Amino acid sequence: MDAVRDIDQERGGRREWGSPPDLPERLTLAALNPREVIDLAAMPAMLRRILALMWPYRRMLGVATLATLAAAVASLALPRMLGRAVDQARGSAEAGGTSGAWTALGSTAAGVLILAALRGLLLMASGYLGEKAGQQVGYDLRLAFFERLQILGFDFHDRVHTGELITRGMLDLEGVRGFIEQGLQKLVLLVMLLVVGATLMALVDPVMTLLALSFVPPVALIAARTGFGMRVVWSRLQERMAQLTRIMEENLQGIRVVRAFAATRYERERFLHASAQALRLANFRIPIRARGVTLMQTAFYAVMGLVLWAGAHRVSAGRMTVGELTQFLTFMTILQQPVRQIIMIVNSGARATSSAQRLFAVLDRVPRLADGPDALPLPTGGGHLRFEAVSFRYPGDERPVLQDISFEVAPGRLLGIVGAPGSGKSTLAHLIPRFYDVSAGRIMIDGHDVRALTLSSLREAVAIVAQDVFLFDQPAAANIAYAVPDLAEEHVVAAAAAARIHDHLTGLPEGYATRVGERGVSLSGGQRQRMTIARGLALEPAVLVLDDSLSAVDTATEAQLRAALRERRREGRGGGATIVIAHRLSALADADEIIVLDRGRIVERGTHAFLLALGGHYAALWSLQSGGLAEGQDRREAVL
Amino acid sequence: MTVTSQALDARYLQDDDTAHAEFDGRLLAIFWDFVRPYRARLLGALLAVALFVASQVAIPLAIKAGVDAAVAGGKGIGGIVALLGGVLLVNAVGSFLQELLAARLAQQVIFDLRAAMFAHLQSVSLAVIDQTHVGRIMSRLQGDVNSLQEFLETSVSAIGDFFLLIGIIAVLLWLDWRLSLLTLLVLPALLAIRAFWLPRVRDTFRRAKDASSIVNSALAENINGIRTVIASRREGLNAASFERMVAANRDAQTSAAWAAQIMVPTVEVLTGAAQAVIVVVGGYGVATGKIEIGVMVAFIFYVQRFFDPIRTLSQQYTVMQRAMAGLQRICEVLEVPIHIADAPDAAPLTVRGAAVELDRVTFGYRPGLPVLHDVSLRIGEGEVAALVGPTGSGKTSIAGLVKRFHEPWAGAVRVGGLDLRSVTQESLGRTVGMVLQEPFLFTGSVIENLRLNSGAPREAVIAAAQAVDAHDFIVSLPRGYDTMLDQRGQNLSQGQRQLLGFARALVADPAVLILDEATANVDSFTEQRIQAALRRLLRGRTSLIIAHRLATVRDADRIFVLDAGRLVEQGRHDELVAAGGLYARLCARGQASFDDPA
Repeated sequence: MDAVRDIDQERGGRREWGSPPDLPERLTLAALNPREVIDLAAMPAMLRRILALMWPYRRMLGVATLATLAAAVASLALPRMLGRAVDQARGSAEAGGTSGAWTALGSTAAGVLILAALRGLLLMASGYLGEKAGQQVGYDLRLAFFERLQILGFDFHDRVHTGELITRGMLDLEGVRGFIEQGLQKLVLLVMLLVVGATLMALVDPVMTLLALSFVPPVALIAARTGFGMRVVWSRLQERMAQLTRIMEENLQGIRVVRAFAATRYERERFLHASAQALRLANFRIPIRARGVTLMQTAFYAVMGLVLWAGAHRVSAGRMTVGELTQFLTFMTILQQPVRQIIMIVNSGARATSSAQRLFAVLDRVPRLADGPDALPLPTGGGHLRFEAVSFRYPGDERPVLQDISFEVAPGRLLGIVGAPGSGKSTLAHLIPRFYDVSAGRIMIDGHDVRALTLSSLREAVAIVAQDVFLFDQPAAANIAYAVPDLAEEHVVAAAAAARIHDHLTGLPEGYATRVGERGVSLSGGQRQRMTIARGLALEPAVLVLDDSLSAVDTATEAQLRAALRERRREGRGGGATIVIAHRLSALADADEIIVLDRGRIVERGTHAFLLALGGHYAALWSLQSGGLAEGQDRREAVL
Repeated sequence: MTVTSQALDARYLQDDDTAHAEFDGRLLAIFWDFVRPYRARLLGALLAVALFVASQVAIPLAIKAGVDAAVAGGKGIGGIVALLGGVLLVNAVGSFLQELLAARLAQQVIFDLRAAMFAHLQSVSLAVIDQTHVGRIMSRLQGDVNSLQEFLETSVSAIGDFFLLIGIIAVLLWLDWRLSLLTLLVLPALLAIRAFWLPRVRDTFRRAKDASSIVNSALAENINGIRTVIASRREGLNAASFERMVAANRDAQTSAAWAAQIMVPTVEVLTGAAQAVIVVVGGYGVATGKIEIGVMVAFIFYVQRFFDPIRTLSQQYTVMQRAMAGLQRICEVLEVPIHIADAPDAAPLTVRGAAVELDRVTFGYRPGLPVLHDVSLRIGEGEVAALVGPTGSGKTSIAGLVKRFHEPWAGAVRVGGLDLRSVTQESLGRTVGMVLQEPFLFTGSVIENLRLNSGAPREAVIAAAQAVDAHDFIVSLPRGYDTMLDQRGQNLSQGQRQLLGFARALVADPAVLILDEATANVDSFTEQRIQAALRRLLRGRTSLIIAHRLATVRDADRIFVLDAGRLVEQGRHDELVAAGGLYARLCARGQASFDDPA
């Protein structure tokens, strides 16, 4: 519940649909509401949860950390080697003899080479293992997210935008994974380098070590501030860019409206305004980074100058060798790179925190509907549906959508449902396979309350051919057999033939193997509807509901489909119950009973003839659809 | 007339599979037009880069001087540290200015470029946009612009890297040319290894990219079709197939990580080799007194910063190829010719209730394939005319011609007696209004959608909504006229969206109205309201309706029946039914609708 509320609130806040307000005259970081972007209070908890995700791979990560540690030692041993080489060379020069120099220098050089190779291999190992662990966590998260979305029912998906979920599953997931792979690894390396380095240096000269390390606190602070600031501005900039994208996209998709209303100039101004706002933010971000980088570099070099100055005095006083001084300076150079990366670490940590919050909001959500402990499978072969005083309201909503609905559909019978948009027809259909639970009353199939049945057996017995058609990017045959993947080919063909789509499919370049859906061959609205009808028929369900699924087919095809449904009721699987929801009354010609819904209540019920004679809603609708023409009715008869 | 080229233009924006392109002088010339206004800033940025690089190169030199002074007994060390301070100051200023100037310049140019593309698309003929997938244009406005932006932003630091590399080599040669040549031997080795490595791992990287896009599109599809998935109990099966994709992705990414990591020890070993050379050769030189100790220290420092520029420079080459491909596609958009432009002496069109006339018009979209043949028709002032005919008979083309979305191949289109080619497009747009089948709703509030660019006061908008019977449902929305339309009004019904389209047209209040009746099924209750609203909308206007419904056609003052691009009948409903031609047949077949059977 809370997770959904969070998601709802975010839709209102962070990713606002309308235009974000104009930027203030004077742009400051505070004016961008950084608290809204980065939830500092949530950071520790989120980091703990991210660490928990990594826990299964602790061995791999442990090895990676050890490799990092060893690489840090090797990194820091290198300056020692180089320092030694300088001293050896100087020593030989002062001694005036070069006899020993070759061997001494040669062995040092070999040491340098070995250390470098070792360091390279260790860095490779830690880099590879870190990334591998990150990919494993990414795998786990992706799968968990995917499965959670499938478990969460209609009530969840009704309220959360699909685009929002896709964003979470792609960008936010990458945000968390990227932090594990990059941010944490760099952090570990930095800490190791600092600890090992400080220890090694302190053995040589503690005071100089303190001096050499004095650049770390200011640089770390600047880097953290810069990373934080950049994250805030970046998020805000993304919002502006999203707005700009939307303006461009809508302009192109609605280009006819734009041209029809001569709105080209208006649109251009709208675009330029949004563009100027985004540019201001982009330009605001640049100096944050430039200033941070410059300050860091200056602090670093200033400390280096100090080390040089102090070191030179020590060397000339004979308290330090030139090699040792070189060592200190090299050490600083080695540390400079990872310290600079604090910008990135902070940035990535902040992103991971907000991403993790959004991801866990979905993962933590508990599905509302589940099998009861003593749920039983529905025996096959029946198809007797009964609504007993069913009422329903959507969770968290006051208004009842359905009130006191009772009806009965025996096997082989057909119930027609009519009603204005919003009268509750589709909701009624969705209650049968338990996409939602009734608020009062009960729904019985073959004498079992649907809540006492396993969801799986219930949904296998009920097919709803929905109003909004969705086809998958798969072959036509796979789309028809979507609910029964192992369906024999002849049954697929039979379902397609009954849905009057067979002829069209065989005419396609690859027949039933032709891909339909998003990127496949494009089907007309009527053809898409017939595909989904075939999908429903293929299941041979005990209860079949056609939810306004004949709206886009022409009248001749509609008549053929009705004939196919009659066939089903006579022969199919014990001839289960059929419900047809329609706007066009001709689709209900075969109904044994018709109920008229108005604002969630049954206001009229009976046969076609009875309802016509009643002279109420139904009769009014009928005369309207006949075009009010006397001869209109004759024509209709001819078509039927 | 440029009919041929107009049809060909559509092809311009079709193929965009090229991911990399080579250097192209013509494209750069177009690009330079966008940079030229800011050439002073460009110069400033380059100067800052030069300043920064010079100081970067000088820092190790100062350190060398410091070490030398330390060895010599600390004489003059204060001066050297002061000098170092000066260099640091220059470094700081250079670094800041370089980042600031270059990045801002890149941003500015990119925003200008995007604005130019957007502005150009506003004038490009509809035929081109119709035949081009919006997604493709968007990928040019976004993806290609972004790859160019990436290139511009990294270019400056790449130029810096390049100069840094040159600077380091120069200093090394100056310090000790023999030692430097020996040290620099690792350079060709590195380049050779990279040249060997890159083509071998390219496939691995591509596979990783493909695997991740497969995972993402599977996820998106499952989310979009979640209701079907749940209803079909496919959860287990889909999770299993998703698991396979995610596992394949993980493995592909891990292989790519391996392929990338393999370069790490290579670079390290080469750096180590260079340092070993310095230790042995340089150290021996120091021992024999041929090389100053400071030179050796300086070499050690320079070598460490040697490899970064090389790595970034070779990456930059890939970025440049990508940017070139992007630039090419951007230029294609900018170069789509504009066919319909105001004539130099175009006059504004200001008439009320004017007659509309097609005078022997022939028109088509593809050369040699006219869709209208020698059509002449006249709609008198204030008349309501209905266009009727089977799909593909040319109804929509006539509407487009009156709106001057297209220009006739032969003949003339006149509104109020003026040839459309002699009037300004802006004034034509305001005089001739249009209501589309599916009224495209923009993200924004209801009132913004009704007002569009008219600047009408709130009361006028509300009055218009009341007139077409849309007011009641609008005020029942959560925030009335200020309700934000989610997802382009998908939460409204078809009929409600249609009423909004009418209200929008009424707000614009055009003298001539073209209306494309919605074909989609709306429920009968709404249908009735729509017909009533339509009558109110048409009052006092010359109108042309692409009609699908019998009720609309029956009320029309004049009906034009089209068949295969020719005007075959015209007259009133009764006359045409009595004549027993195509219209009578369409009437007899349709019920309440004129649509063709599927």
